[in-house]
Amino acid sequence: MVDWHMARVAEIHEETATARSLRLKIDEWPGQLSGQHIDIRVTAPDGYQASREYSIASGASTSPDALVEVSVEELPDGELSPYLVRGVEVGDMLEVRGPVGGYFVWRPEQPEPVQLIAGGSGVVPLMSMLRTHAAAGHPTPMRLLYSVRAPQFVFYMDELMQLAQQSNDSVMLDYAYTREAPEGWARSVGRLTRDEVVELTLPPSQNPITYICGPNSFVENIAMWLVELGHPAERVRTERFGGA
Amino acid sequence: MGIFSPGFVGRRRDANPLLPPGQYEVSNFPVLSAGPTPKIKLEDWAFSIRAGNGDLKAWNWETLMAQPIEQFTVDLHCVTRWSQFGMGWRGVSLDVLLDGVDTSTTPYAMAGCYGGYTTNVRMSDLLGGKAWVAFEFDGKPLAPEHGGPARLLIPHLYLWKSAKWLNSLTLMDHHELGFWEMYGYNDIGDPWKEERYS
Repeated sequence: MVDWHMARVAEIHEETATARSLRLKIDEWPGQLSGQHIDIRVTAPDGYQASREYSIASGASTSPDALVEVSVEELPDGELSPYLVRGVEVGDMLEVRGPVGGYFVWRPEQPEPVQLIAGGSGVVPLMSMLRTHAAAGHPTPMRLLYSVRAPQFVFYMDELMQLAQQSNDSVMLDYAYTREAPEGWARSVGRLTRDEVVELTLPPSQNPITYICGPNSFVENIAMWLVELGHPAERVRTERFGGA
Repeated sequence: MGIFSPGFVGRRRDANPLLPPGQYEVSNFPVLSAGPTPKIKLEDWAFSIRAGNGDLKAWNWETLMAQPIEQFTVDLHCVTRWSQFGMGWRGVSLDVLLDGVDTSTTPYAMAGCYGGYTTNVRMSDLLGGKAWVAFEFDGKPLAPEHGGPARLLIPHLYLWKSAKWLNSLTLMDHHELGFWEMYGYNDIGDPWKEERYS
């Protein structure tokens, strides 16, 4: 795991105006579980290096030949993200280390219903879980609650719709727009409230496991509400970014 | 490896000798936790050290506050690559809390926390003015998100070793892995050697 692997940018998909998905062909890649992340390292011509962690969006895989997708949002003060979102081109080489992480992970053999809750680009590792769920034809419910600024910032929009349509009702999607909603959208824009979380997530009576990924304040609030609602803390897994 | 990216410049913040390899500086104290934040009332809080011979030394909030308290300023380094400099804390040194405890047969320790988190450390990383039970940051009681009421603070190791919501320290004659260490993170976690993963 400590070793860096060479990785070729095989495909690029524009996700939103400020984010894109890179599909990497990584040399001698062992595969990954859903929810794991990788370190990406970029080296400037003078030898200057920078690396950052990115969640994997691809589903679980054990194939060394499968492309590994990461979806990168450009951060205003970012060091690597502006290059990955605007600079890198198909055919370019990067270095990758990983996969890393084993707690914020969903495995298809888990029998319980799954609630996913995403804030913004926090949807990336949850997309990996949805893709793994779909590839396994998994019958247990997997429900995504996706909080996002506006429709044009939704990642994987078409694929999410397809996954839900082809899931025999096992996958459910709920969007909560915080600043701007599509025309005619029933819900008024704004942050998720506690009542909405009650309404739009699997209740404790179904004994689900819940994965929350997003900015810290978002994750902190929702995790607190879920515990108050009676979800055991060990059934609520979190991944956070940003300050307190 | 010999590959480079012609279009990549990077931010080139002034090379800071205080910054361990692969880290970048932040000023907003990010939060990383694997689950919900436990809420522990001061009147319910307790911390205990179990020695190798089974002896237990324990504190509640009042008796912890009666220990000699140190004010100290340190740099913290998180394995997710952020570092923050000059952070002001108050806490009680592990040297004080381990005073009178026979550690000669227990080179290892496991920190245990409210919420179930664990992390393993070497005794040598806890003694000698290098580790504290910290309960105040930036002049204020430590926020629950950052591990309050009290967390272990071992600034010379990556921050996952500085267990939040500290509840116990078990001294051991043998080596065991804690929570993140079992998931592939490094046994020791020295940021200057960039010991991120196992």
